[in-house]
Amino acid sequence: MHTEDFPMLKQDIIYLDNGATTLKPYAVIDAITDYYENYSANAHRGDYDISLKVDLAYENTRDIVKEFLNARYLEEIIFTSGATQSLNMIANGFFAPLLESGDEIIISKSEHASNVIPWFEIATAKNVHIKYVDLDDNHYVTINNLKKAITPNTKVIALAGITNVIGDERPIKEICKLAHEHNIFVVVDGAQSVPHLKTDVQDLDCDFLAFSAHKLCGPTGVGVLYGKIELLEHLIPQNYGGGMNETFDNESEVYLKSLPTRLEAGTPNIAGVIGLGAAINYLNQIGMENITSYERELRRYLINELMQIPHIDIINPESDSGIVAFNVDGIFAQDIAVYLNKYHVCIRAGNHCAKILKSEVGVTNTCRVSLYFYNTKRDVDKLVELLKDKNKIIEEMI
Amino acid sequence: MDPETRRAIIMENYLNPYNREPAPANYIKVNTNNESCIDNLDIYLLIEDDIIKDVKFTGEACAISTSATSIMIKLLLGKTISEAQNLLTNYRNMINELPYDAEILEEALCFDEIYKQQNRKNCALLPWKGIEKALAKYQENK
Ligand SMILES: Cc1ncc(COP(=O)(O)O)c(C=O)c1O
Repeated sequence: MHTEDFPMLKQDIIYLDNGATTLKPYAVIDAITDYYENYSANAHRGDYDISLKVDLAYENTRDIVKEFLNARYLEEIIFTSGATQSLNMIANGFFAPLLESGDEIIISKSEHASNVIPWFEIATAKNVHIKYVDLDDNHYVTINNLKKAITPNTKVIALAGITNVIGDERPIKEICKLAHEHNIFVVVDGAQSVPHLKTDVQDLDCDFLAFSAHKLCGPTGVGVLYGKIELLEHLIPQNYGGGMNETFDNESEVYLKSLPTRLEAGTPNIAGVIGLGAAINYLNQIGMENITSYERELRRYLINELMQIPHIDIINPESDSGIVAFNVDGIFAQDIAVYLNKYHVCIRAGNHCAKILKSEVGVTNTCRVSLYFYNTKRDVDKLVELLKDKNKIIEEMI
Repeated sequence: MDPETRRAIIMENYLNPYNREPAPANYIKVNTNNESCIDNLDIYLLIEDDIIKDVKFTGEACAISTSATSIMIKLLLGKTISEAQNLLTNYRNMINELPYDAEILEEALCFDEIYKQQNRKNCALLPWKGIEKALAKYQENK
């Protein structure tokens, strides 16, 4: 649906790599162009009209994000460069000072590198243990397995809302409830979930949430760190500099501004933040529930079609999201991607930044199709048509 | 080389790669992978008296990388180190559209037009990057 909103879709391509990044609608492109063409000044320097306009637009996005996530306070919304930076800020600014030798961090083997390596770094520096919650036969996280993984030393559980290879939707609300009963913090990597699912941070009761604008039709280089205000107050800035300080005379007397500005040192990605606001407005117009249900139906259609093809092995037939990982019997994933590219079908091959997943699933590399609401049954039909004939693949893959 | 022959050589070496098997511990072992893609191969090299006695490989890689490895191994067997280095230089020149000696590259000539597919040049070069590392390792430990 809404394919007409996307200039990229005027080209002869079928874009099925939305897990990597999404296409941008006119609404977002126009908002960014409008900033650069009509009020291209810095923020927080409001001595003249256009700068004031920048302030208003920048802070308006904070409002939009707050409503989008149903956060309690504007101060709980911090703009970052993306999910990766948000997760690093949470790990290094909040947890590194808090954790003590012998504490445990629970993650899973299907996490993206950005929700793994920051924790590895802390583990080494602070003598903290990383524990992997066992995944079930579908490679899902279950409450039961999480209960088994929790010990009195567990301090934080960091999991993706939806994972980027298996595409399973985690029961975040139940996870938060369980975790909080044991005084454990929950960090949600929302990079793959926020774009596809209505996310209500108060209902979920998660402590932190990270996501990127570019995976929800927004620009690259901008994202959000959400944290409960009482926790964010304790998050130590990683970046110091302009914009975030109140006064300073010498090294011992630097006074920092309050939230959220304290955590946004330097000139921010103003165009990006404005574009993020436009992207969320755009998604809201379509309706997150509509997006979720449309994608589910399209996924079911794709799975049913792929199931008919004997040489295709689907890694995650049961998952709920628009992510489908598969292999073609006897053909290296990348050769499939190269073959499909000849027909302008864009999919991803590889380990998808989930390098520790291979020990779980037993395959290192997969082809990944990831859908968004602007994909259509025709896109799926074209993909399926190309994958049906194995001889044709072998014939044309080199 | 004509497209049919090119294709036939690549497919034959992809489907039945030469010496794709683990090697004993006395071989020099190197890993070679492409940062931008997912090819990942281990190459094993046995040299005696500066002559390449055996080369094997294991790992996962695409059709181009796999066939390039198989073809490379057949070219290298029995060659001296300086002959191997000469092959490497000429092969690399061919991939990068520089002048090269077509006489010595044999089957490897099937990649003479790979430059047309920019994203696959690295696949064709992958095993040769590995062998370069392995030769350097040999020289170091000599
Ligand atoms: C689950 C997950 N977490 C985190 C990230 C990192 O997002 P970004 O690269 O936008 O920082 C991604 C992106 O691929 C992802 O899929």
